[in-house]
Parts: sequence; structure tokens; C-alpha cells
Amino acid sequence: MSALHIKKGTSKHSAYDLKNPNADVIETHTLAVVVDNEAGVLARVIGLFSGRGYNIESLTVAEVDQKGHLSRITIVTTGTPQVIEQIKAQLGRIIPVHEVHDLTVEGASVERELALFKVSGTGDKRVEALRLADIFRANVVDSTLESFVFEITGTPEKIQAFAELMRPLGLVEVARTGVAALSRGA
Amino acid sequence: MTRQMTGAKMVVQALKDQGVNVVFGYPGGAVLPIYDEIFQQNDIRHILVRHEQGAVHAAEGYARSTGKPGVVLVTSGPGATNAVTGLTDALMDSIPLVVFTGQVPTFMIGTDGFQEADTVGITRPCTKHNWLVRDTNELSDKIHQAFHVATSGRPGPVLIDIPKDVQFANGAYTPPAKANTGHYAPRLKGDKARITELADLIENAKRPIFYTGGGVINSGPAASQLLRELVDATGFPITSTLMGLGAYPASGKNWLGMLGMHGLYEANMAMHDCDLMIAIGARFDDRITGRVDDFSPDSTKAQIDIDASSINKVIHVDLPILGDVGHVLEDLLKIWKSRGRKVKKDALEKWWGQIDDWKARKCLTYVNSEKTIKPQYALQRLEALTRDRDRYITTEVGQHQMWAAQFLGFEAPNRFMTSGGLGTMGYGFPASIGVQVAHPEALVINVAGEASWLMNMQELGTAAQFRLPVKQFILNNERLGMVRQWQELLHGERYSHSWSEALPDFVKLAEAFGAKGIQCRDPAGLDDAIIEMLEHDGPVIFDCLVEKHENCFPMIPAGAPHNEMLMGEADTQDVIGAKGAVLV
Repeated sequence: MSALHIKKGTSKHSAYDLKNPNADVIETHTLAVVVDNEAGVLARVIGLFSGRGYNIESLTVAEVDQKGHLSRITIVTTGTPQVIEQIKAQLGRIIPVHEVHDLTVEGASVERELALFKVSGTGDKRVEALRLADIFRANVVDSTLESFVFEITGTPEKIQAFAELMRPLGLVEVARTGVAALSRGA
Repeated sequence: MTRQMTGAKMVVQALKDQGVNVVFGYPGGAVLPIYDEIFQQNDIRHILVRHEQGAVHAAEGYARSTGKPGVVLVTSGPGATNAVTGLTDALMDSIPLVVFTGQVPTFMIGTDGFQEADTVGITRPCTKHNWLVRDTNELSDKIHQAFHVATSGRPGPVLIDIPKDVQFANGAYTPPAKANTGHYAPRLKGDKARITELADLIENAKRPIFYTGGGVINSGPAASQLLRELVDATGFPITSTLMGLGAYPASGKNWLGMLGMHGLYEANMAMHDCDLMIAIGARFDDRITGRVDDFSPDSTKAQIDIDASSINKVIHVDLPILGDVGHVLEDLLKIWKSRGRKVKKDALEKWWGQIDDWKARKCLTYVNSEKTIKPQYALQRLEALTRDRDRYITTEVGQHQMWAAQFLGFEAPNRFMTSGGLGTMGYGFPASIGVQVAHPEALVINVAGEASWLMNMQELGTAAQFRLPVKQFILNNERLGMVRQWQELLHGERYSHSWSEALPDFVKLAEAFGAKGIQCRDPAGLDDAIIEMLEHDGPVIFDCLVEKHENCFPMIPAGAPHNEMLMGEADTQDVIGAKGAVLV
């Protein structure tokens, strides 16, 4: 499917610098959206994603500037390059949106997520869970004789890896915050 | 020192300060304080419609024919939900509207109160922006902001939901000059380097075409003027979407006619075969592109648009220029002139030769009849008899709409009001009312089908009450013509529910409302009947009984590219494959 016949080099000045509009490659991008902290703003963003059929892998939101009434929404989304560009353009149209940053393409960035894991068990499994938690630098924030609640911070991949390890050791419940992300450097 | 007043008074004061002189509306419990204020003043005229959908379409007609925002006032609950179709229509066609809805008092919100609806929730996806104002002190600021948002950038409808207690309470009024309109300020100027690059492309193009849309009209009359200058100066051919008709005059020598699904053969072929496509305020809608895989395969595409999300949405564009059409065209003309107005003359001549060959197919040819009125003929006669008048046309949606676009000529922008994106049957009649309110002395004609017209026929009461001499030119084929056409082509001629049973006697219907009714079924009497319609000083329903089974051609069947058009009945055998059948 190359029917658009895009000539080589003709796209070099595109505002959106599409790599290949026909690619079916699904990419994961982390977007940071700075919005006015007003009623309904989250509904606008979520409504855009559901209404236009875009994916949300993770979403976090909180006020980051009390004086300026600004909130920061961090969205991890997936799609073809064309869809990702369209998502950014559509977000930019929402009136309370001030800025849309694609942290995946705008240089290096750091991503962190916090998760709580409840693991119940006794004997060897309990010891093993504690040992692995230590390796992952997870903190114990609650404990009974048959259970732990671990607090872990890291990239989504690290948290996923920890979840896989805990599953056979008695994982009963997980709560994750979703990704918070910032670009590196000044 | 700030002026204190009630929220209701503030609404009226803010409208005055925004230069509004007409409001389309319908009262109800939750907007009574505002209606009380409207009663006690004479600066703002209120047009009482018969249904809230009619109010929004009338405001759309007003806005499109004037370039000013249309204003609507309706009550909570059903008043607001009835406005939803009009809001969606205005959002799709980028029409600036400011809609006020009443709401139950703030302390009752969320209790399922009488006539309560989550209006901002319901209208969030069908407005450019909306506000629920909970504090009278913020009300005037929000209203001024609403006008700013509705009319800046890519225009659109906005909505302000005002609880009844906020209307009663006192607060400080902020005049427009002191209002905080927020950070929203779309960029108007295009990137100079990109515009220069477009001038390069213009200099080197061998088979160029301008593809223009509603964005040219929305940019204002100056943009249409600049477009005409650019077309005349380059000698390039120009086509337009339904929404953009009139930006370049139909009598202009470079005009190819409308493009798209029911566009002209020469326009679509030129789009398919061009080597440079310059899209101006047009968004590559699916009615325009046909099958996107085969859309204009060999062209370099440049696009001027104020909305970044319109660029690269469905068609990849090589040279996007983000900015207001008027501003970008002004810069483009300057640069292109300063570089010596160069074009490839020989290549252009050859290109025009090719286009003339396509024109020679005479794609709008139809078989006329002496026995029955062909809809195309009716429109040709309407055109001939009204061409020189100060004329505004609205339409409903369907075959008649496409024939109107094909057979009527639009010489100026803001003269053709039609539901393009949403395709709302029932749009045309109330829109014609809004246009007539804005232009009391002008000739306003709604070209309609009988089925569309019936969808908002209650507005006949509005036309009669306000003595609006709108002409309802109904091409009555007793069918949902476009549905019938698709059923013929796609569904084995099984005409499921696509005929109009139990139609009213339109002449008697007109008379029942104190309007004039005319029926015409004889081609020989058509001219006299149209003249009778034009000479009547008052609303007229013209029931034009036309050929019942006429199909609208040319047509790009669903799922086909531009160069595979159906030119007439002979082309229609098994043309739409299973893949095309799922498309609308």
C-alpha cells in the first residue's frame, strides 16, 4: 500500500515531519499536556480520545501550578505516526490546552510510575517476595503476618517486571498511578 | 468603578457591547430572567422560532451570510438538547455561534431537577468550547471570551450554560475591552519560508490546480478578493468544495465548478491528474477525496489552513502552511509578484487544452422532458430568472442540494448556505429565515426537497410572524431522492422506506399559515410560476412537482477514485463493489 506516492524528499519541511504516513507501525508516545485547571478539562481530553478512537495506555493528571491554575496531564498513547501527529494536533485545538509536548520525540526524557503491590503468603514465598522487593528497591509500607504491601517507583517496564515476579509469590492486588514524565536537562 | 447588575441584565449588556442586534431563541423556565431583560429593551431583536433546532440553524444562516457570529438563546433540558443537531452542524462547517442555555439553579444541579440536563457534558463534543458559569461575577468575562473563541482561528459554535440563580444574582460587569479572553490566540501569519517555497512550486507547476474550501469564506471577504487576484494572475484552474462556492465567481474564466462525489467531471479529472495541488481552506473531506489510496497520485500537495489538525489528517501534504487564508494569500501574492510573476506558460496551455477536452464531455447534460419538470431544468430556470438579483441561496440535504451546487452560479462569498459536513436535513428552511433576518431586502431562496423541508416545517410560523419573505423552492419528487438513488445503485432497487407517503397539500399548508402556496407540474408553466413566486412580497412555498426517479450525476461511486466517475444512467451497472457498499 504505497498509493499516496509521496516523492522522496518532498516532506522534509513538513510541520509534522512524518516518517512514513503509510507505515502500519504502532508507536508508543508519552505526551505532556499543560492545561487550565478548570472544571471538565479532563473530560475534554478523555472525550477526544474516546470520540476519535485513540488509545490511552496510561493517564495521570494533577495541578502543577497553583497560582497559574495549570494542570499537567501525562498521557501514554499508541498509534501509527500519522495518528500520533493527529492526536497532538487535536489536543492543541482544545481551548484550555496551553502546550502539547511529545516527550518521545522531543529529546531524552525520564518517566516514572508509582505502584502498590499486595502480596500474601507464608513461609518461603514470603521470604522470596521480600528478597525480590529489596532487589527492586521496593519499600514495605504495610505488613501483617500473612501479607506485605510494597511501594515501588520506576519505569513502567520495571513495575511490569516486578509484577511478573510477584505473581507466583501470592500477588493479590495492584494499584498503579500511571506515568509521570519530564524532559531531561534544563 | 465596576457596574453592578444581575446576571440576566449582564447577558443583554454583553450582547449589546459585542454588537449583537439579533437573537434567535425560544423561552422556558430556566431563561425567564433573561427574557424579562429582553422585554425591557429595544436594541436587540429577538426572533421567536418554533423549535430550538430551528433557532440554531437560523443563527447559522445569519452567521454565514454576514460573517458575524449568530446568537441563540434557549432554555435548559429539552431546549438545550434540541440545539445539539445545530451545534454539531455548526462545528462541522466551522460556523461561529454563541449559544446561551438556561440551567437549573446551581444548588439543584445533579439532583435530576425539572428540565435539568448535563448541557455542558452533552455539548462538549459538539462545541468548540463551552462553559457552565456558576458565579455572576464571572459571567460577563465568559461571554466576551465566548465571542472571542467562536470567531477566532477556525470558527465554531460555543455554548454558555447559565443556572437560573446566577441570572438573578448581582455581580460586577466587565466590558469587552477589560475582559480576560484567555490565552487562545491562533496564529494568523504563515511561515515566510514555506510561503516562498509555495511560490517556487507555482513557478514550476505544469499541471496546477487550486482546490479551495469554506476556509476562504470564513477568512473574510478580503481572502476571496486575494484568491481571485491570485487565480487571475497565475492563470491556474480553480475548483471548490461545496462549502467554498462563491469565493471565486462561477462566471470566472478559470472556474472548473465544484469537485467531489457529485462534482464536475473536469474538476475531478484535473484534481486526479494535476502535478501541483494548492489546497486553500479545505480539509480533504471524504466527499472530496473518494478513495484516498488513489487520490491525486502524482501531485505535490500544498495546504493553507488555520487548523493544524486539518493538515495530514487523511491525505499527506508535502507543504503545509499553518495560518489564516487571507494573511497567507497576501504574503504569497507579494512574494510571487516580487519574483516576476513567473509561470510555465507552455505547460499551462497544454494543461488547459486537456481540461477543455474534459469540459467537452458536458458532464451536466441531462435528458429534458416536455411532460415532466426535470429537477435540473427547474434549477436552470430558477438560475436564469434570479441570477441578476441580490440573491442568497440555502439548501436542505440530498439530490436537490447537489443539483443546486451544480446548476446555480455563485458570484460572491456568503451567498450559499448549505449543510456540508453534517448533512442535516431540515437545515435549509430555518437557515433561510436567518439569512432573511440579516438581509431584509434581499431575495432569499431555500432550494429544498419535500422530505428535508418537512423536517423543520414548523418554522413556517416564524416566517409568517416576522413577515420574512423567504421562498421555499421545493423540488418535490415524493421520494428521499438520494436515499432512493443509493438503493437503486447499491441495494438491488429495493426502495426501503424512501418514498414520501401522506404528503401535505403544500399550497393549503402555506395558506394555513397565512403564506402563499404555488404548485407547478408543467414545464411550460414553470417560468410564470417562478416569476409569481418572486413577485410575491411574503413567504412562499413553491411545490415543484418534478420527475420522481431522476438520479444525480456525475457521481463518484463510494470507494472509487476521481477518475472513475459515473456520467449517467448507462454507467450504473454493478459499479459499487462490496467494499464500497459499506461506505456512506
